[in-house]
Amino acid sequence: MYAYVIRRILYAIPILIGVNLLTFALFFVVNTPDDMARIHLGAKHVTAEAIERWKTEHGYDKPLFYNASAEGAARLTDTLFVQKSLRLFAFDFGQADDGRDIGREITTRMWPSLAIALPTFLVGLAVYISFALLLVFFRATYLDVAGVVLCVALMSISGLFYVIGGQYLLGKLWNLVPISGYEPGIDGVKFLILPVLVGVVAGIGDSSRFYRTLFLEEIHKDYVRTARAKGLPERVVLFRHVLGNAMIPILTGVVVVIPRLFLGSLIVESFFGIPGLGSYTIDAIQAQDFAIVRAMVFLGSVLYILGLLLTDLSYTLVDPRVRLE
Amino acid sequence: MNLPFMPVVLWSDALLFLLLGVVLVFVRQVRRHEHLRAPWRQVGRSRLGMASVVVLACYGAIGLLDSLHFRPQLPAEPGQPVQYAAEVSSLFDVLAGPLRGQAEQTYSAPFATRLFVKKSLHLPDGRVTRDYPRLQYGGAHLSSEAERGPDIAVRALWGALSGLGVAAVLWVMAVLWVARRAGLDRARAWSRLWREPAFGGGRSALVTLSVLLVLGGILLHWAGHYHVLGTDKVGQDVLYLALKSIRTGLLIGTLTTLIMLPLALFLGVAAGYFGGRADDVIQYLYTTLNSIPGVLLIAAAVLVAQVYIETNPDLYDTAAARSDLRLVFLCGILGVTSWTGLARLLRGEALKLREQDYIQAARAFGVSRLRILGRHILPNVSHLVLISVVIDFSALVLAEAVLSYVGVGVDPVMASWGNMINGARMELAREPVVWWQLTAAFLFMFTLVLAANLFADGVREAFDPRSGVRA
Amino acid sequence: MTGLRLKDLRVVIDGRDGPQVPVDGVSLEVGARECVTLLGESGCGKSLTALALMRLLPEGLRIASGEAWLADTNLFALPEKAMRSIRGGRMAMIFQEPMVSLNPVMSIGEQIVESLHVHRGLRGGRAGDEVGRLLLAVGLEPAMAASYPFQLSGGQRQRALIATMLAGEPEVLVADEPTTALDVTVQAQILRLLRRLQHERGMGLLLITHDIDVARDMADRVMVMYAGQMVEWAERERLFERARHPYTRTLLRVLPSARRRGEILEHLAGNVPSLGTGHTGCRFAERCPDAVDRCRAEAPPVHAVGDGHWVRCHLALEPQSARRDTVSAGGRLEPALRIGAPLLEVNDLAVHFPIRRGVFKRTLGWVKAVDGVCLHLAQAETLALVGESGCGKSTLAKAILRLLEPSRGSVRLDGQEITTLRGEALRKRRSQMQIIFQDPYSSLNPRMRVGEILEEGLLSLRPDLDRTARVSRVGALLERVGLERGAARRYPHAFSGGQRQRIAIARALAVGPRLLLCDEPTSALDVSVQAQIINMLKALQDQEGLAYLFITHNLPVVGYLAHRIMVMYRGRIVEEGTTEALFASPLHPYTRLLLDSAPGHGLRAEAITRGDGRVAETGCPYAHRCPMTEARCRSERPILRAVGADRLVACHLVGGD
Repeated sequence: MYAYVIRRILYAIPILIGVNLLTFALFFVVNTPDDMARIHLGAKHVTAEAIERWKTEHGYDKPLFYNASAEGAARLTDTLFVQKSLRLFAFDFGQADDGRDIGREITTRMWPSLAIALPTFLVGLAVYISFALLLVFFRATYLDVAGVVLCVALMSISGLFYVIGGQYLLGKLWNLVPISGYEPGIDGVKFLILPVLVGVVAGIGDSSRFYRTLFLEEIHKDYVRTARAKGLPERVVLFRHVLGNAMIPILTGVVVVIPRLFLGSLIVESFFGIPGLGSYTIDAIQAQDFAIVRAMVFLGSVLYILGLLLTDLSYTLVDPRVRLE
Repeated sequence: MNLPFMPVVLWSDALLFLLLGVVLVFVRQVRRHEHLRAPWRQVGRSRLGMASVVVLACYGAIGLLDSLHFRPQLPAEPGQPVQYAAEVSSLFDVLAGPLRGQAEQTYSAPFATRLFVKKSLHLPDGRVTRDYPRLQYGGAHLSSEAERGPDIAVRALWGALSGLGVAAVLWVMAVLWVARRAGLDRARAWSRLWREPAFGGGRSALVTLSVLLVLGGILLHWAGHYHVLGTDKVGQDVLYLALKSIRTGLLIGTLTTLIMLPLALFLGVAAGYFGGRADDVIQYLYTTLNSIPGVLLIAAAVLVAQVYIETNPDLYDTAAARSDLRLVFLCGILGVTSWTGLARLLRGEALKLREQDYIQAARAFGVSRLRILGRHILPNVSHLVLISVVIDFSALVLAEAVLSYVGVGVDPVMASWGNMINGARMELAREPVVWWQLTAAFLFMFTLVLAANLFADGVREAFDPRSGVRA
Repeated sequence: MTGLRLKDLRVVIDGRDGPQVPVDGVSLEVGARECVTLLGESGCGKSLTALALMRLLPEGLRIASGEAWLADTNLFALPEKAMRSIRGGRMAMIFQEPMVSLNPVMSIGEQIVESLHVHRGLRGGRAGDEVGRLLLAVGLEPAMAASYPFQLSGGQRQRALIATMLAGEPEVLVADEPTTALDVTVQAQILRLLRRLQHERGMGLLLITHDIDVARDMADRVMVMYAGQMVEWAERERLFERARHPYTRTLLRVLPSARRRGEILEHLAGNVPSLGTGHTGCRFAERCPDAVDRCRAEAPPVHAVGDGHWVRCHLALEPQSARRDTVSAGGRLEPALRIGAPLLEVNDLAVHFPIRRGVFKRTLGWVKAVDGVCLHLAQAETLALVGESGCGKSTLAKAILRLLEPSRGSVRLDGQEITTLRGEALRKRRSQMQIIFQDPYSSLNPRMRVGEILEEGLLSLRPDLDRTARVSRVGALLERVGLERGAARRYPHAFSGGQRQRIAIARALAVGPRLLLCDEPTSALDVSVQAQIINMLKALQDQEGLAYLFITHNLPVVGYLAHRIMVMYRGRIVEEGTTEALFASPLHPYTRLLLDSAPGHGLRAEAITRGDGRVAETGCPYAHRCPMTEARCRSERPILRAVGADRLVACHLVGGD
């Protein structure tokens, strides 16, 4: 099993290199630093000197791969590729266009993101699975049909409307919770309720329906018939046998996103004014701050690969076939 | 030849018609093969499925009308060469003439006769007062504002009646068709159409169509005289915007597929069937692409594309062509970033199919790999492709709204539901709330996505072999 | 009153096109200590009858009428909660597929404890002790309680499932094809186990099977089912000796066996009627050789023809002599061609698959699926390759066809080496050998018309033919395998299993092969259909001199069809000889085990076998199961050598040199 884990970690390295090369190609080759400078300066101020000045200020005044004007090893290292792209591997994200250190921003902003994303994830999972189990328990009745129709209707609504609707109803009309804002610590809980609620409700249609299909697939397998033939009550059949086996496909989809919870949600954070990584990213996109976007892309991939690794490990917990092989 | 207009084929139009061609070829193919026809017949019997097909067809018709672009001729000065307007119009714009032209100054509520904000009014006696001014077009035909209620009701009645009239004609035609096909008298045919479960799909399609016709009739009778869904910040009719957005939504949902499908098909099947090195490389490719958070990857690519468009102004000649180029780029980017899911599915399926006895038998005949892929693998994964295409469609329509909100969606000047929501969001804090833009976007989007989802369900049930086992 | 009584059961499917009745008026009784066998082909409703008894019918099916009494309990009248205490308690059921009938993520012990807890209230240590006892009772080590299903072999899983079902100390055990998915050697063990348990515990046993020989070995009484109804039932001896229903009589005669060599097997035309077919007369009338007009017009009543012997047939009471029974089945067929020149020669063929482990997936070892096999096959000859599943017989066939690349060795076809051929040269040779697969459902592409399927080989291997020539050839092929020419325009799903297998044979014949590799071609078919296919294969050989490499585990078919037999064990040939000699005097202990395990001989005394274990790297691969293992067997690998004329054996203990 250790060999398995080590292999997975080794496998991650070429993927991260690939991500790195891809972002480098997008931001420095397809789209040159000159273009970046032009956008930031605005059409009126574009002069050759202004562009050079902007590039020097932001450290983009270097060749891509080979610096002929430098000495020794610096010919290779004092380049955009090494300075801007390879450094990401050391989690050195550099500076944003406004001069702030991106790494520090990330470490302070990931906690608010997590404060929203983690409860949303946990409550959501519990709600979706219970709802799906409920539908399966009443399968082939009108309750089930109505539940599925409800799911389809819910998943046909854009996530934006859940946010807007939630803010309008709970925040504005009924005045139950603050519409937006964030505060660390226990007092901040009131700010979390609405975003978490919205996050959970927005996913209910899609996820519950998916889990229902997974459960139904399990419930028609032969071992479930065996369990019934043993005289087990339907409750035990459903919870111990069906859920136990359906956990395996559920885990595939669920565990992989856990590390990414740090990144937060773009929409929810920007609507609710939460100073997390999601709103950081969206601001960067809107301000066309490529340094931040690159950092977030890289961080996202690292966390995803971590998620894949966790998924593999979690299999060993629920599936004896993996654990004991 | 001297046409009164100059046809304009935007990139997206060309691709859309290409797609239409592909669909027509596909339909021909289906009609000729029994095993392809049978599941579609099952879709045809499903009541929800057929109702959603009708709704989708209506959206599709509007989208297509809105894709026939041209530049109208300007009134010619004698002796001058013929000039065409700089603005690109579509056939739909012509049909929706009054909606397009009747712009107010700024916000007005649905069916309002007055503007939503107070303005300084110059009274005839020269005094200036602040009040809600009358709209230029909305309810302008009324001699007094008190007539508004009855006028709306009367127009609705006429609209409903005209819609019902058309619907009645359709029903009669359907009955005659059933009578001729089955050789029954008309009364028998009617009761058959109305009762028999085998006609459930057709019946529900007719009912849906009738409802849509009634709604359409009412709208038609209102639209010239009122802003049925109000006007937006710059006074444009919201109903018109919502209808124009249909094309954007449809294009994002379909063109992306057109770009994504060859990639997913080729890479997925190749990885599964050839295995070995090819599999390793393709798996590496899609794990790498997958590892980047979707929105970020799209955002990064769109930002780059945006710069590209801005630095290459020779790619387009009109503003419409420019936003169209951005739309095509967006579809391309969505396509390139979204092939991984289907490719993975196809890889798994090809891996399973590779070991099937009939493929072993083909290999024993020395059939070439390419032929095996074409004759054995592709036809046996086609149901997966179809299911995933219809499911992806609704997801893409929803994604457009989110991306436009993030700022990496379609061009901000292009009519799209995402832009409508984005614009309206800022006004939510107003007292009283400007709710109609959101409501319009919500209604139009929800109807499309719901219909697409229900249709996808019908397709999945008919094509997925596993769902058959369960029944 | 003890035992189980079922009266007039009707099971209904409420479909869109009106209700269908897969089980229509079935009655049966199972006394204490009695084994009743429900015999019938696939789709006759026997499994549904069992599931209805347990009230475990799949969704969409329901019990429309009938009564079931377990001693004094009316099962169909019980509320669901009370029924639960019956299930797995007083009445238990085991299933066909041991591979999927146990929960993969729970240990065997946990699954047994569940039953013990529900039915006997046992928990903790006392439950643990009882689990050990139950495992011992079914012939498993108590330590296996900690194992998960994936760690067990098929036979062990079936034993574990039986242990689970014994936990509630049932009065009646329903066994639905409990050995169908198992190897013949394991089947014999499981059947013996069931019989022993039945006697020890005084259980009634309702055994559902399609295998007449299993019924012959196990049953006290046999009930024959056809198309949802019981057609005949009687005590075992009486049924097998004095069957009256034409269906039963044909079933007993369609089986191939060594005794019938050279005869044309009798077979039933047509197929079991599908569900929902409207029945006016007798359900068997369409396929019945004796049917008269009355059979088609009027549903036959049940007649008593003897003590406890009942038959559902209009002709049951008519005197035997009046019936066509005296007419012999089909007569004999003399082969037009004698075994001729050698066609295929395989020398030291091996297929090894790498086992990769560790961080860099280094190859740590090899699975030797086929390990140095030699064989030769002449024109018009049938060589049978016999062995348990996983012994490498299918891998061998695929390697001969070059569908898998052999690791070493040579394959010569007509004297030409083909393991080294590439590209075009290999393709040319492919028309000489073709393969027929086991599963007629996965061997035909569902998306191609039958005509296209048959043309595929022609397009690839006979590019000289033009379209009209291909079409006429396809038509001729279809007629040759007994199908209409019109079949070319239809898709495979329109055909039954037997018809599909005919299409598969026609496909192989299309390119004019001289050698057919038949990989269990009849094991997925009903016995009445099996006879058709075997007759056809036999006729093809006699007329055209086709050579067959016939891979199977079905020994009666081998006895009927094969000229020579090779017995394969773990990738190696352990014995080879002519069919007569090998059947008469098997020399290798494994061959003896195979022959003794074949059902239909009254389950010979506890077979010469020991439990499974790890195979030693050195020595005889069979040493861990062989009852006669000596020191030498563990140290030295026996080689295949001649013992007398025409016999090869790989065993240290044979020949006594």
